Amino acid sequence: MAHRQPKLDLSPHVSDEVRKTTCYMCACRCGINVHLKDGPDGKKQVAYIEGNRDHPVNKGVLCAKGSAGIMQVNAPSRLRAPLKRVGPRGSGEFEEISWDEALDLAVSWLEPLRKTNPEKLAFFTGRDQSQSFTSFWAQNFGTPNYAAHGGFCSVNMAAAGIYTMGGAFWEFGQPDWDYTKLFMLFGVAEDHDSNPIKMGIGRIKARGARVIGVNPIRTGYNAVADDWVGITPGTDGLFILSLIHALMKAGRIDLDYLARFTNAPCLVNADTKSSEYGLLLRDEKGKSLVIDRETGKLTPFDQKGVRPDLSATYRHAGLTHRPVFHLMAEKYLDPQYAPEAVAERCGIPAARIRAIAAELARVAFDEAFELDRAWTDFRGETHKTMTGRPVSFHAMRGISAHANGFQTCRALHVLQIILGTVEVPGGFRFKPPYPKPAEAHPKPHCHATPDGPLDGPHLGFVHGPDDLALRDDGSAARIDKAFTWENPMSAHGLMHMVISNAYAGDPYKIDTLFMYMANMSWNSSMNTRGVIDMLTDRDDKGDYVIPHIIYSDAYSSEMVGYADLILPDTTYLERHDCISLLDRPICEADAAADAIRWPVIEPDRDVRGFQTVLIQLANKMKLPGFTDADGHAKYTDYADYIVNHQRKPGIGPLAGWRKPPEGSGVGGTSSDDNVGGRGSPNPEQLDKYVENGGFWTSHIPDAAQYYKPWNAAYQDWAVKLGLYDSPQPYLFNLYVEPLRRFQLAAEGHGQRQPPDHLRDRIKAYFDPLPIWYDTEGDNKGEEFPITALTQRPMAMYHSWGTQNAWLRQLHGHNPLYLPTNLMRENDLEDGDWVRVTSPHGEITVPVMHMAALNANTVWTWNAIGKRKGAWALETDAPEATRGFLLNHLIHELLPPKGDGLRWANSDPITGQAAWFDLKVRLEKAHAPAEAQPAFPPIASPVGTGPKSLTWKIGS
Amino acid sequence: MTLLPEKTDRKLGLVIDLDTCVGCHACVISCKGWNTENYGAPLSDQDPYGADPTGTFLNRVHSYEVQPEEGAAQLIHFPKSCLHCEDAPCVTVCPTGASYKRAEDGIVLVNEADCIGCGLCAWACPYGAREMDSAEKVMKKCTLCVDRIYNENLPEEDREPACVRTCPAGARHFGDFADPSSNVSKLTAERGGMDLMPEQGTKPVNKYLPPRPKDTLEMKVSGAPPLLTPIAEEPKGFLGWLDRTLGQIDGNKTGGR
Repeated sequence: MAHRQPKLDLSPHVSDEVRKTTCYMCACRCGINVHLKDGPDGKKQVAYIEGNRDHPVNKGVLCAKGSAGIMQVNAPSRLRAPLKRVGPRGSGEFEEISWDEALDLAVSWLEPLRKTNPEKLAFFTGRDQSQSFTSFWAQNFGTPNYAAHGGFCSVNMAAAGIYTMGGAFWEFGQPDWDYTKLFMLFGVAEDHDSNPIKMGIGRIKARGARVIGVNPIRTGYNAVADDWVGITPGTDGLFILSLIHALMKAGRIDLDYLARFTNAPCLVNADTKSSEYGLLLRDEKGKSLVIDRETGKLTPFDQKGVRPDLSATYRHAGLTHRPVFHLMAEKYLDPQYAPEAVAERCGIPAARIRAIAAELARVAFDEAFELDRAWTDFRGETHKTMTGRPVSFHAMRGISAHANGFQTCRALHVLQIILGTVEVPGGFRFKPPYPKPAEAHPKPHCHATPDGPLDGPHLGFVHGPDDLALRDDGSAARIDKAFTWENPMSAHGLMHMVISNAYAGDPYKIDTLFMYMANMSWNSSMNTRGVIDMLTDRDDKGDYVIPHIIYSDAYSSEMVGYADLILPDTTYLERHDCISLLDRPICEADAAADAIRWPVIEPDRDVRGFQTVLIQLANKMKLPGFTDADGHAKYTDYADYIVNHQRKPGIGPLAGWRKPPEGSGVGGTSSDDNVGGRGSPNPEQLDKYVENGGFWTSHIPDAAQYYKPWNAAYQDWAVKLGLYDSPQPYLFNLYVEPLRRFQLAAEGHGQRQPPDHLRDRIKAYFDPLPIWYDTEGDNKGEEFPITALTQRPMAMYHSWGTQNAWLRQLHGHNPLYLPTNLMRENDLEDGDWVRVTSPHGEITVPVMHMAALNANTVWTWNAIGKRKGAWALETDAPEATRGFLLNHLIHELLPPKGDGLRWANSDPITGQAAWFDLKVRLEKAHAPAEAQPAFPPIASPVGTGPKSLTWKIGS
Repeated sequence: MTLLPEKTDRKLGLVIDLDTCVGCHACVISCKGWNTENYGAPLSDQDPYGADPTGTFLNRVHSYEVQPEEGAAQLIHFPKSCLHCEDAPCVTVCPTGASYKRAEDGIVLVNEADCIGCGLCAWACPYGAREMDSAEKVMKKCTLCVDRIYNENLPEEDREPACVRTCPAGARHFGDFADPSSNVSKLTAERGGMDLMPEQGTKPVNKYLPPRPKDTLEMKVSGAPPLLTPIAEEPKGFLGWLDRTLGQIDGNKTGGR
């Protein structure tokens, strides 16, 4: 047959309309173009989703989840109407009710609590992207019991960064992709900031920069890393301290940077008998003091022209004071941190540790460069150039989800600070509203008053025992025991302890558990079986131990079956949202930015956006903050709140297109003389966002782009924008004094004293300089020698919602991956099954070989395993038959130590759930019919999905 | 049997960088989305919520482990779609002329109106790059987004395949291999771009850039001591060095010694 070809229409119609909004398939919050076409019924339907090229986060690209959003919006697992439980909890038996009935029922439970015991409501939100709003609601309800999911996710990452340097990785900052030449990435679970990290790695590899991956598992970013360091889990801190040891010992550190911008020169009370031993020497205004090299005199660190001395000591009134840097030299030059001393424990040869240290030093110092940009520091000194040190770091959850995670994250920050690579060209850069030191954040508030609001924001940063959330008798004020001696610096709360504590009535009983987007009866809890029992157990009178459970979700998740009242949420394309500077915004290192979601399609079900439902509940209860002086509701729905709420005069949820502040003469748009941020509410604000593609940006001036914590131009810009009310320059805390305050208390100083059983632990672990300690012993590492880890696949990371029809074809079940040695030792082949036993429980699951894996580690994809009956999947779906969770092996408490005490399986400093301390042993097993433990099906309120899909809107 | 054009004016295709692909599947789903809504029949899914979900995809990512003779095992992510071969056996095997290679740009397409769903082309393709759609019973394959790359209803910057536009790591590149000055020709020349299974004689247009050598740091800095010569063994000696150093270099940048 001769060559012939048909005539093609090369310019077919693409879509009827493109609406630009913000993705919610994970935590990245990329901009998306939603292509719409008229469906058969004339209503607009989603035809195609792509990335928005103008958007500051993703610049046009989009991941698999983002493009699969169309299958989220049409998912059969979407809830359709409010539901009231009619069968026993866990049966999945519900009846549909009207919204009026649903709201009245909720108010009938909530209103009496608010009037008498507000703390009897525990309100916890999971993958909530509206925390500044949900916390405001909880505060005005009056309960101290509010948090989101950070405590079981990654509070170590956030808190260690903020206490150390006023910001962290992820939403807080990013590598300087423009200039970095060596990028070092730590940690399992390659997720947060996912598209920007992929874009950045692609960019730097294209110009020949080196990527070093430190991760027991060589997937994803580690697969493309030039060098892979297959570290033994839980030893990252030891490895990092060894790098610090090698660099200090060779003098390959940035002394000038340490002297100017960190508390290395700050003087510490060195008198072991003093009640202030280990505290910083301060003046009457509380400013830490240094010796000025120019004058040799004691002076506050921030005075004009001061050149802090890294080495000088100070003796006064019989007390010797030594600079922090002396303490660091003593600690880190110790041979216990020599590469040879740590190599075996970390699973990294000593020569390799030295090679990495040498390469870090070579790139930081020998490839240093100058940007021809003058800037003025907070001491008034003008620098003609900006010195670049092109080494940057980033870390994932892996290093933080251990009981030593806080100190490990601290160690990583100390490493990048001694190299002088933070907030310099080529290094790590903060994104507004960061940098923001711990002192600029609120402290926790926990004082509940019947029929009144809480005394302030729930979550915050403690600076010593006085800031703990304790009642007069010393017991925990919060149901999750956040900010207590058990985990004093629990800045994100402890969502993973709420159900366990509420069930135990420890520290007290609650009446209503109210949750949003949190799958606590399945993959979001440790000890899943135990949590299910706690949710369904009854007391002597036959009443549920946790009397009322209200749950909001858009989908038929495993948690739905365990609630009494379901408030069905919309999907992300059917709602208003704001990604606010009051929360964790979408800023980039060179610009402030925020964004909205708006209903690009209308819901076809009787569902309401959860935030609007909260406003409707607030209005029914006339909560303060939501009610004006005349008793009228301030906001009708969430969109109204987004536009008209003011956290303080001129500052609201969105920073863009505000109206000129009274008398200022400037407008609310971004221009040279007005950076945006401040101004009164503008009724056209949301329209302006929609016109601009769903987001707003304000560029940071060139001279303010780097050295932000110390750069006068940045500080002035941040004040104009409303991030601060006055310039707030500060020093990086290599030495974190609040940790020392807790140690002092444990040593017997001060009024507020820890319980005796916690004294030794606080003394040992609350070191104000980063340390490493082994967590294997607490987890019975001798009997259970293998570490078991989980991570989400990139195509599912942090996604909330259904088992997406397209994505589940990529990852529909999850084998347990074993390294070569464990496959051989156990005589296993791909597809064989193993019994995995931990100190807490056992599972029987299929295995697969993976050679590029630490020899002492097994792992699987997390949260693929589903309960039969959930997510509108059929009961024989592979997620429910072969898929499994490691959660069954993990308890919220450590194995008993024989002292009769309950020790939480979490970081003793922050309370972060220690998911990755899980130790197991393996044995080959006969193949069971299904992965074990198998759970009985739960009735589905939505049925199951269709048998085939041919999703095409156009003709 | 169907004849190929004697020559094509251009050779449009992809360069896929195996050194950069992180295996995220963004290209897979973007392709699925565009081609479900656009060219020809939608890419259907059977049993999408059941025991054995199987859908039609024009692009898939496979992952392979490689064990070098020395050093750690490596993981390679390998995206695979039609390579738009110059000597495309899928075209010549077609009994109806439904499979064809475009003379102007070399894109291999299926004219669904003429496809009888016999499946011969899928058997002939050595790369497994064609998939029969179970709902429509026609053969589906990568179109190189022929309905995007010339589409005047799209902004000019969007006239590239959906997989290229969406790739977060920038591992996919689109262009004309017949033009030696194109981005894809230059990348292929600079990075040693390779044919997939050249022994099959299909002369694929798409090229793969091989992963760069891995785990070379120790070799590079072997003899690390010169870079990390100790300035002191003990804290006391360190503080002595510190005093001397601060005295010498006050006001200068440090760390490089």
